[in-house]
Amino acid sequence: MSTFYFIAFLSIFFSILVISAKNPVHSILYLILTFFTFTVHYILLNAQFLAIVNFIVYMGAILVLFLYTLMLINLNKESEPVKPFMIKIAGVFGGGILAVAIASSLKLLAKSNPVVLQNPNLGLVKNLGKVLFNEFLLPFEVSSVLLLSAMVGAVLLATKDPKTA
Amino acid sequence: MESLTNTIHAVPLNHYILLSAIIFSIGVMGVLIRRNAIVIFMSVELMLNSVNLLLTAFSVYRGDATGQVFVFFIMALAAAEVAVGLAIIVMIYRNTNSIDINVLNRLKW
Repeated sequence: MSTFYFIAFLSIFFSILVISAKNPVHSILYLILTFFTFTVHYILLNAQFLAIVNFIVYMGAILVLFLYTLMLINLNKESEPVKPFMIKIAGVFGGGILAVAIASSLKLLAKSNPVVLQNPNLGLVKNLGKVLFNEFLLPFEVSSVLLLSAMVGAVLLATKDPKTA
Repeated sequence: MESLTNTIHAVPLNHYILLSAIIFSIGVMGVLIRRNAIVIFMSVELMLNSVNLLLTAFSVYRGDATGQVFVFFIMALAAAEVAVGLAIIVMIYRNTNSIDINVLNRLKW
């Protein structure tokens, strides 16, 4: 039980560091750590498939993509211009209001039951694969079309226009 | 694995909701206070991930695998979104030589 609270503390700590780090590269490295704590959360929930997918897709693919983009865009020249202090205060205040609103709405709930794993092989690949390929076969195929179109779109957007260049 | 899953037994569902709400709010704050387009994008990823965690927690709570399948679809969507979004950022950088979002206020009224 205390494992959850320790990992939750680490998640919040690293995600605060993500948005407060001055250097974007440091932000990305903290984001990797945050996603690693999420992977640990998934393992604690016995969602093994999601833990592995989170590890490979998020930490492996997406964050490497971020790092490559950051390296393509040379940010060493000048650092990010700072927003006015009042706007920062207003942003933190707005986000804090959102957190307080959600947290206080939890008070309306009755006593919350603990999260208990009824079926130990709920998040295993075998079980999830059966659900995915029986009930969600059409969305699965559509998502492949989505990924293909995203790939084509990314290539189209990122290549230089030969007429203007 | 049995000992690992036993550790979670006493965590109330409310605490998962609270954790996700806090991380989601941190993502919102990141979008509001930063000006670097890539950092804003990373904050959006943070928000997506907090929702993923909450969906998984509810899925385990209800004993229903549908939530975890949904998280899988969200991850596929996030991969597509990141590919297109980063391509757009690269294109913006090529045109304006900056990824400060305040340069991009031409659509503002």
